[in-house]
Amino acid sequence: MQEIMKWNGWGYSDSRFFFNKKGQAEFTGKRYKLSGLIIPALKDWFESTFGASLQHKTPPILNSSAVHPPTLNETFVEELKSTGIPFSHDAEDRVFRAHGHCLHEIFALREGKFGRVPDMVIWPNCHNDVVKVVELASKHNVCLIPYGGGTSVSSALECPPEETRSIVSLDTSQMNHILWIDEKNLTAHVEAGIVGQDLERLLNESGYCTGHEPDSMEFSSLGGWVATRASGMKKNIYGNIEDLVVHIKMVTPRGVIEKSCQGPRMSTGPDIHHFIMGSEGTLGVVTEVTMKIRPMPEYQKYGSVVFPNFEQGVACLREVARQRCAPASIRLMDNEQFKFGHALKPQVSSIFTSFLDGLKKFYITKFKGFDPNRLCVATLLFEGDRERVLQHEKQVYDIAAKFGGLAAGEDNGQRGYMLTFVIAYLRDLGMDYYVIGESFETSVPWDRVLDICQNVKERIVRECKDKGVQFPPLSTCRVTQTYDAGACVYFYFAFNYRGLSDPVHVYEQVEHAAREEILANGGSLSHHHGVGKLRKEWMRETVSSVGLGMLKSVKDFVDPNNIFGNRNLL
Amino acid sequence: IVISRDKRDDFEDILEERRNSSDLRYALKCYTPVVYKGISPCKADALTNMVLQSSHLHYVISQVSKETGRAVDDVQDEASAILEEMAQRLQLSTIRFFAFTLSKVFKTLFRSICVNEEGIQRLQQAIQEHPVVLLPSHRSYMDFLLMSYLLYTYDLALPVIAAGMDFMGMKFVGEMLRMSGAFFIRRSFGGDKLYWAVFSEYVKTMLKNGYAPVEFFLEGTRSRTSKSLTPKLGLLNIVMDPFFKGEVFDMSLVPVSISYERILEESLYAREMLGVPKPKESTSGLFKARKVLSQNYGSIHVYFGQPVSLRSLAEGRVNRSQFSLVPRHIPKRPSEEIQNFVNDSAYMLVRAQEENMVLKPWVLLASLLLQNHHQSQAPGQKPGMALDELTERVVWLRDLSRQYGAFLHWPGTSRSADTTPEEELLSRAVIVLSCASYRNQALHVFLRPALLALAIHAAASTKKQEVFYSFSFLRNMFSNEFILVPGATVQDFEEACYLLVKTGALQITQQEVLVTERGHRTIVFLTSMLDPFLQGYQVRATHSWSKSL
Repeated sequence: MQEIMKWNGWGYSDSRFFFNKKGQAEFTGKRYKLSGLIIPALKDWFESTFGASLQHKTPPILNSSAVHPPTLNETFVEELKSTGIPFSHDAEDRVFRAHGHCLHEIFALREGKFGRVPDMVIWPNCHNDVVKVVELASKHNVCLIPYGGGTSVSSALECPPEETRSIVSLDTSQMNHILWIDEKNLTAHVEAGIVGQDLERLLNESGYCTGHEPDSMEFSSLGGWVATRASGMKKNIYGNIEDLVVHIKMVTPRGVIEKSCQGPRMSTGPDIHHFIMGSEGTLGVVTEVTMKIRPMPEYQKYGSVVFPNFEQGVACLREVARQRCAPASIRLMDNEQFKFGHALKPQVSSIFTSFLDGLKKFYITKFKGFDPNRLCVATLLFEGDRERVLQHEKQVYDIAAKFGGLAAGEDNGQRGYMLTFVIAYLRDLGMDYYVIGESFETSVPWDRVLDICQNVKERIVRECKDKGVQFPPLSTCRVTQTYDAGACVYFYFAFNYRGLSDPVHVYEQVEHAAREEILANGGSLSHHHGVGKLRKEWMRETVSSVGLGMLKSVKDFVDPNNIFGNRNLL
Repeated sequence: IVISRDKRDDFEDILEERRNSSDLRYALKCYTPVVYKGISPCKADALTNMVLQSSHLHYVISQVSKETGRAVDDVQDEASAILEEMAQRLQLSTIRFFAFTLSKVFKTLFRSICVNEEGIQRLQQAIQEHPVVLLPSHRSYMDFLLMSYLLYTYDLALPVIAAGMDFMGMKFVGEMLRMSGAFFIRRSFGGDKLYWAVFSEYVKTMLKNGYAPVEFFLEGTRSRTSKSLTPKLGLLNIVMDPFFKGEVFDMSLVPVSISYERILEESLYAREMLGVPKPKESTSGLFKARKVLSQNYGSIHVYFGQPVSLRSLAEGRVNRSQFSLVPRHIPKRPSEEIQNFVNDSAYMLVRAQEENMVLKPWVLLASLLLQNHHQSQAPGQKPGMALDELTERVVWLRDLSRQYGAFLHWPGTSRSADTTPEEELLSRAVIVLSCASYRNQALHVFLRPALLALAIHAAASTKKQEVFYSFSFLRNMFSNEFILVPGATVQDFEEACYLLVKTGALQITQQEVLVTERGHRTIVFLTSMLDPFLQGYQVRATHSWSKSL
């Protein structure tokens, strides 16, 4: 995996955005629908939104030789050698696993700055290998940091700079097999290092799927999902990770923790799975997981709805949730994101399609009187057997109509979901041209959704101004999940940092302020990104002092010597 | 905010243009105010519907119905009736009518109406950004008509104004006021949950939707003595609520200082205080009051203060996530944290009003004459003061008050002041009290130094600690008399020390507070400033004490 991935940016090395000689944006590679296509509107959008210019470029400084030499625990290394488990202390391997994808992490990499990085990397091949590694680490007092797909956005993978012991990155990527599939109970037993897309592909070969599709599924791992309480795009049908998991095996310094059976529900005191899920690598390494599987859906259909404004859109999503008829996925983008999505339309191949696009636009803005600066779009994904999908679709579109929503076609919907995967690549493009940005999420009760969206967006704009950002920032949001009692909201924010001496610091201050605003508006600390080290400071007020004490006492029992010393969460 | 008063805006007389161009054309001018960017435009009717449909009101109605056993419809009808009685019906035509008539009236009554135009520009900016709450000082019935008149003049959004129910008693006039944006609230509604719910929801709805700036008087009622009244917190609590609950991003609180050279009601107030009953507000009374039209009331200064962002004010003081655990439409008693915050903000805002009050020479004259008057009560003293001496003293006091940050409006040539010969006792008292009312306008300037002067006078020794104790005692005693921010004793003490040292009246060492040779005069003046209050309290205390024996 490491060979085909960027070491200082998102995703595959062969896939990236760039501006060609004509100044048009292109997306390279062959992996995505957008790959190899020209995106004519992106440049204008980019320049007008950020005040950025193609003249001002900040290419990354490539320099991986500035890495500190490793601090090795010799006796540990000696004993490890005798187990035959592969390891490395090559600088590149270590740097690759020293970070997640927070802005400050990538920014530092691009500038060739490396803080504390792991001293070595170990690749266990199975559960028993992990047991051996954890035993050795405990014996020799070595700090272990589990590493799955490296897609963390909570500073969870950052090595604590104050750590003086040897830090070992425990890379689970070789533990990537489906051990068995149980068709009678519709479960699969899987090694935790497997990456989302591989899991789905392999299950698909047997006609099954988990349906768990977080936006990072190309790279994120099953163990990582469990450790952060991940959420998938299609959770309305399949559930979030906590609903999907039947059994977990985790190796801790105290030994292996697991349940004795695979009963679908138990009343046996607090569910020990809930100490594991969200533990963010502070208690041990998840090695094997039994997960629910489902037969692959017979039929999939994308869709989209245009609403005159965001308020109507939210009201519609609320109604859909009330009637509990949400499709596999339903997401609502605000006006800024709608425009952004538009800018990412690839060059159309025929005059006919462009004519059709023009006609649609005319219909919506002129005939229906939607204000192009206020309208917003919901994207939909339906799954199931054909007849039911069509029925379901009608039901949702009927509700949408009550809120002034107009069906806007399958293409728009599909493009919306495709963008989810390429949007992370765009940040790297921005960083080439003085634009930095990030996304963060929260969950919030329904009655607060509109207010939180408005207030957080405004807070971002205000803070940028106060902190001396010279150009108006992009501050936008979307509602990405619906629940009975509330929704998940995603904020995207980016700005042009020309003229700032310490852009990352400014960025961090703004993100901090935005999180304060979220909490003040009744939002949660995180819906699925987790706490890591980035949001630790708010844990006490989030779960109360007693709650924090409970978690601490678990940590103290399970890992008294802080072998799993990434210092996340607590 | 303390001692930040060095930079103030210039004034512009708006009556000048009225005297030179047609009032009719002015009243019919094209009026296109800028509005709040997040406005959801609606009619006054739609507004009352929104209030009646609100989850807050629904909740309270069903609660009241359960508690009293009345049918929900019945309670609902009562709510509608309350709202009917309360609601404003702002109409541009009425505003135009007032624009015309008030132009005529103002030109007869006043020499000039001066407004700081930079303040108007700041307000215009603020109105677009966030919902605005206008907080004028309250000395006269004129205040709110004047405010609306000014906003109309400057093409700003017309406010809705919280007014006391007393006005409603005035047939026709009450309705006219209603149509110019006033909404009426009962003076007291104690524990009436339903009334409170309708009222608070009504105010919040107008504010949140950016329907119009909401205007009310922090002091609750007109100050009869020209001395700011301790603020009432009910309405401030209500308007701040949407911010605490995240329903608006921010809110601008705009203190407005209206200074009258001579208040229309001046002798009325003095009579009221001597026990002559306040005439009930009535239309016929208003017509009888026409005779005021034949008098000259000098000039009015209206200073629109710096808009205060509620968000910045609450930063680090209010944890808004405390509202996350109960649905926002369910009314809850504000927490102590919130209560303290609202209280402190109210004091801060009244002080902001005070600071931009314009003082006329007459105010300083009154202060001196009154002191002289009190001192000359002693037997064998001749009343009155030589003009030269008075002039000299006024000039001295002018310089002193400037150094204390007073906002003085000093004409180029000083006019001579007449000392009135003795009349019969009542009318004399009226004059004294009217005078006092003038002096009171300047009180806020001297208040803190005067408390210190008095404290030095009263303290057992010159030890700094002793003086502080005595200062703190006096400050406490007067906490309902003057605008003294609760809990700010140390700041006030320091401010007073700073000012007195700055003007050379005091020397402060590590341990001691010493009055300098040249500071004597200042100290005497300052002490006398508070004398009447002290005497008042003394008389009252002796009275209560002798009664309780």
